[in-house]
Amino acid sequence: MRIRISFVARRLISPLLILAAWQAASWLGAFSPRVLAPPSAILMAAWKLAASGALLHHLLVSLGRVVAGLGIGLALGSALALVAGLSRLGEDIVDAPMQMLRTLPFLGLVPLFILWFGIGETPKIALVALGSTFPIYLNLFAGIRGVDRRLVEAGQVFGLDRAGLIRHVILPGALPSALVGLRYALGVAWLSLVVAEQINANAGIGFLIADARDFLRTDIIVVGLLVYAMLGLVADALVRALERRALRGRPSLLPMGSA
Amino acid sequence: MTGLVRVRGLTRRFGAACVLDSLDLDIAPGEIVALLGRSGAGKTTLLRTLAGLDPAPPDAEIVLPHPISMVFQEPRLLPWKSVWRNVALGLSGPDPRGRAEAALHEVGLGQRLDAWPATLSGGEAQRVALARALVRAPRLLLLDEPFAALDALTRMRMHALVGDLWRAHAPTTLMVTHDVDEAVLLADRCVVLEGGRLTTDLRVELASPRRHGHPRFVALRQNLLAALGVDVH
Ligand SMILES: Nc1ncnc2c1ncn2[C@@H]1O[C@H](COP(=O)(O)OP(=O)(O)OP(=O)(O)O)[C@@H](O)[C@H]1O
Ligand SMILES: [Mg+2]
Repeated sequence: MRIRISFVARRLISPLLILAAWQAASWLGAFSPRVLAPPSAILMAAWKLAASGALLHHLLVSLGRVVAGLGIGLALGSALALVAGLSRLGEDIVDAPMQMLRTLPFLGLVPLFILWFGIGETPKIALVALGSTFPIYLNLFAGIRGVDRRLVEAGQVFGLDRAGLIRHVILPGALPSALVGLRYALGVAWLSLVVAEQINANAGIGFLIADARDFLRTDIIVVGLLVYAMLGLVADALVRALERRALRGRPSLLPMGSA
Repeated sequence: MTGLVRVRGLTRRFGAACVLDSLDLDIAPGEIVALLGRSGAGKTTLLRTLAGLDPAPPDAEIVLPHPISMVFQEPRLLPWKSVWRNVALGLSGPDPRGRAEAALHEVGLGQRLDAWPATLSGGEAQRVALARALVRAPRLLLLDEPFAALDALTRMRMHALVGDLWRAHAPTTLMVTHDVDEAVLLADRCVVLEGGRLTTDLRVELASPRRHGHPRFVALRQNLLAALGVDVH
């Protein structure tokens, strides 16, 4: 326990020092709050935003966009990966256009999306959905194709039909890759959200940041960035927890000397 | 529905190589046949064709009893399913769990029903694979070097176990092995695959329990080794 505490303490030394230097530099007038607010002001701004309920409101709006976009991306990416992964014909039809689209820098589609979908919620959700579709598709497709053929054969010998093979052998075999895809998709989803929320939003963390920019409130901008970062961390932790639960029993996840 | 196996004119080619060349094979119901042959002779190819994993050529005549079960050289357990679910995989009919558990008790793994395959020893995993093959009450059991990866002691235990299971279930069996002693110990007949055909077919008429030191055992063993091209003096 003592080792653990001292480890945590050692890890905290340099961030705390940086924060202190930042605060001191700001007090000494090394840079104005218009360039970068000091930590104390950021903490204050965060407190006020939280207390007024504004932070929660914007957070929920952003979260809603990510959940909706990611949900669509997950469904679309999985469906395409299943079609391409489970049949040669499907691969020929689906994989080529997906590989071509994948090389497109999708954030560059924002102008087109605005033309197509206007400036409401649709282009924002669509951008998140598009961005997260590719990592899901690519990883699940690779996972399905990478399933151990010998296990598929064992399933065949023991009388599994095609549906049974997909359910008991192929999908569980592809699950680790699919979860890697999900983790990537989450990362892309946040990135897309940040970009999408620059499009004429009137709510959401991105709006909070854009609004603060207009009033030169760097403290609020940093609060918004910190919220983005924390959302990313929480999402990653969620996927990890999901992985631990879904991949029970797999050799790579067994702790040493268990069972 | 008898347990009879009848194969006529089975030919399998990979490119220019003719691995099975118009092969004929007969196995009587309940008979245990050991299939020997040097590495690359086509033993696995024959078993895969019989198991339906490779397409059977249309010109061959193949009569097989069903259901067919197979034990591969490796256990091939699904790592994401517990031991009893692996055994119950694809099992139809009433109470798959109860039957899976009964089969696992038979192979001496009644205490590892809920274990993950990754936590089993090699011998335990191979016994699960055996239970998975037997739980379907196969009329034809195909074994591809099922004990090759096991140490000598575990292998002896497996031989005893398999002997008991055969007496209880009596499936027609084709077992690939590289181990001449194993063949003479367990099989009713030993056949050698060479040049795409079965060149040697020896009946093992030994009273059980079979003993390695028995003169007839030694003679059979030498015959088989000679058929495999091993010089024994
Ligand atoms: N899918 C395949 N494509 C091409 N060649 C193959 C294929 N499967 C098997 N062969 C070849 O056919 C021959 C017989 O292979 P097989 O696996 O049946 O041998 P085996 O008798 O089981 O050998 P071992 O005792 O080493 O397991 C080998 O030369 C192998 O290289
Ligand atoms: Mg082989």
